Amino acid sequence: MTATANAAALALGDDALVLSHRLGEWAGHAPVLEEDVALANIALDLLGQARVLLSLVGDEDELAYLREERAFRNLQLVEQPNGDFAHTIARQLYFSLYQRLLYAQLAVTDGEFAGLAAKAVKEVAYHQDHAEHWTERLGDGTAESHERMQRACDALWRFTGEMFQPIEGLDIDWQALEASWMEAVTAVLERATLTMPAGPRAGGWAAGAGRQGLHTESFGRMLAEMQHLHRSHPGASW
Amino acid sequence: MTAVTADTYEAVFEAAVAADERIEPRDWMPDAYRATLVRQMAQHAHSEIIGMQPEANWITRAPSLRRKAILMAKVQDEAGHGLYLYSAAETLGTSREELLDKLHTGRQRYSSIFNYPTLTWADVGAIGWLVDGAAITNQVPLCRCSYGPYARAMVRICKEESFHQRQGYELLLTLSQGTPAQHEMAQDAVNRWWWPSLMMFGPPDDESAHSVQSMAWKIKRHSNDELRQRFVDICVPQAEALGLALPDPDLRWNEQRGHHDFGAIDWAEFQDVLKGNGPCNEERITQRRLAHEEGAWVREAAVAYAAKHQAQHAKPGEATA
Amino acid sequence: MSSSTDWPLWEVFVRSRRGLSHTHAGSLHAPDAEMALRNARDLYTRRNEGVSIWVVPSTSITASSPDEKDPFFESAADKPYRHPTFYEIPEGVKHL
Repeated sequence: MTATANAAALALGDDALVLSHRLGEWAGHAPVLEEDVALANIALDLLGQARVLLSLVGDEDELAYLREERAFRNLQLVEQPNGDFAHTIARQLYFSLYQRLLYAQLAVTDGEFAGLAAKAVKEVAYHQDHAEHWTERLGDGTAESHERMQRACDALWRFTGEMFQPIEGLDIDWQALEASWMEAVTAVLERATLTMPAGPRAGGWAAGAGRQGLHTESFGRMLAEMQHLHRSHPGASW
Repeated sequence: MTAVTADTYEAVFEAAVAADERIEPRDWMPDAYRATLVRQMAQHAHSEIIGMQPEANWITRAPSLRRKAILMAKVQDEAGHGLYLYSAAETLGTSREELLDKLHTGRQRYSSIFNYPTLTWADVGAIGWLVDGAAITNQVPLCRCSYGPYARAMVRICKEESFHQRQGYELLLTLSQGTPAQHEMAQDAVNRWWWPSLMMFGPPDDESAHSVQSMAWKIKRHSNDELRQRFVDICVPQAEALGLALPDPDLRWNEQRGHHDFGAIDWAEFQDVLKGNGPCNEERITQRRLAHEEGAWVREAAVAYAAKHQAQHAKPGEATA
Repeated sequence: MSSSTDWPLWEVFVRSRRGLSHTHAGSLHAPDAEMALRNARDLYTRRNEGVSIWVVPSTSITASSPDEKDPFFESAADKPYRHPTFYEIPEGVKHL
């Protein structure tokens, strides 16, 4: 693969790796057992995608466990802590809509990623379905759930602009992608009786930052936990 | 109901059990059989979901992506197995909410083994090999248990669990053959998990309160000591192949019995953990209760949404089989 | 609090592959039919066990009670002529 293709694989792979890790933190903590199973399914799909993508670039474990924080290329959105269930669902909604639209386009191009995108897009369709169903239920559920869901959508809104910073090497119409994404989010939030967040979708810091290796503070702690065992035994096999 | 009818029902029930037929939810059954089953299935279900915690403890620190995927899938299976078992228990008219409430308030138990902590990565392997190994030894006979829904749940669970024990064994083997530090980590884990695993089979037969009746009802098919012996005999050669020692100086082959002799189990420790004084009893129940309480608003929201949208969602599905 | 957070019980039927009927797989809890389908997919087809799922509220199932066992099923048992083995066919006759 070319250097550009490698960089693109890292961006997509890190998104999946980091979000999978965050979802893995839910194990045993979900609001209902059925949701423990559902979140684990999504986490496993994403981890599978991450492993394929990282393996295109090099050794999956070296890439996951031995890179420093600044070398990760994932969106800041996916590294955001789980928060309450509404936060996790809002993060899922924003990301799964993005990932589905992106992978649907990649699947019909003839680039390096067409094959894996075609497989992943089916998985991601399910993630989107899961997120949409929960967004509707929390948004149009009780007064408390409505408020929590609205707060979560608002809080994560500022991380959504970054998603549409072009990734070099991917043959994607980013503007069209953003327009479709915005349309889809608008429709879901409306069905969920929620208000479209009004704040800025990117600050000077956030715009494209994750893709450049600039992350938020909690990401460093996440990596410290994820990497510590692997790094404590240099060269060991597991 | 006249006495004659009750006797007839009882006779039909006894005959069905004797003939190795399955009892199904709507069949008549003695109250004590029903109560014992609910207790056993609930305890089993609780063990699955509490059992998620010690292993989930390592998901975020799994040292390779392959191991991480395996561990997540395994912990997910445990949630699934808990669900199968709650579902089986519900066929007897006890709701999951009721059972969870009993777990959260300490009125029903889960397997004591999960009150031990997972201190290192090797503990994930030891749980797979020893704890799941002991569980499988216990569970395989239950696939033929007299209560249909329980037996069917067990068939599904045993089928799915076959990978759980193997992944643990493979994990330990990798560590045992790895660096000296990894080998030591594996041996330490086996040292800590061996005896609690033997306790999983329950008290010795002569002290086991429910065993005799449960065996007669075929909701237990072998005695505690019988299963424990079977487990020890299985583990000894497996430990040798791992290159790890089992922490029992009295463990040796007894030609006469055709079994391994093993040292005395510390039943005082078992009773103590059972009473709630194990290293993690408090943490396990607290986490479970918190997850449930903190999730209440989510479950409530879904109920409220369903009530609002009931009419819209009542659309016809597939018409015929 | 508990009644407002309890999800109803659903029975799950899975068609394991094309050509077979849906078979009862177990039950689960879900707030509504759509979520029940999704939970069923996650729970009962984690290992590709199915190509189609039905979910039915447990309360919608009407069951024959064991007390009625005899009148319900015994009449079928005394109609052996419904089974092919009832009929004697001379040896060597094929495709019957």
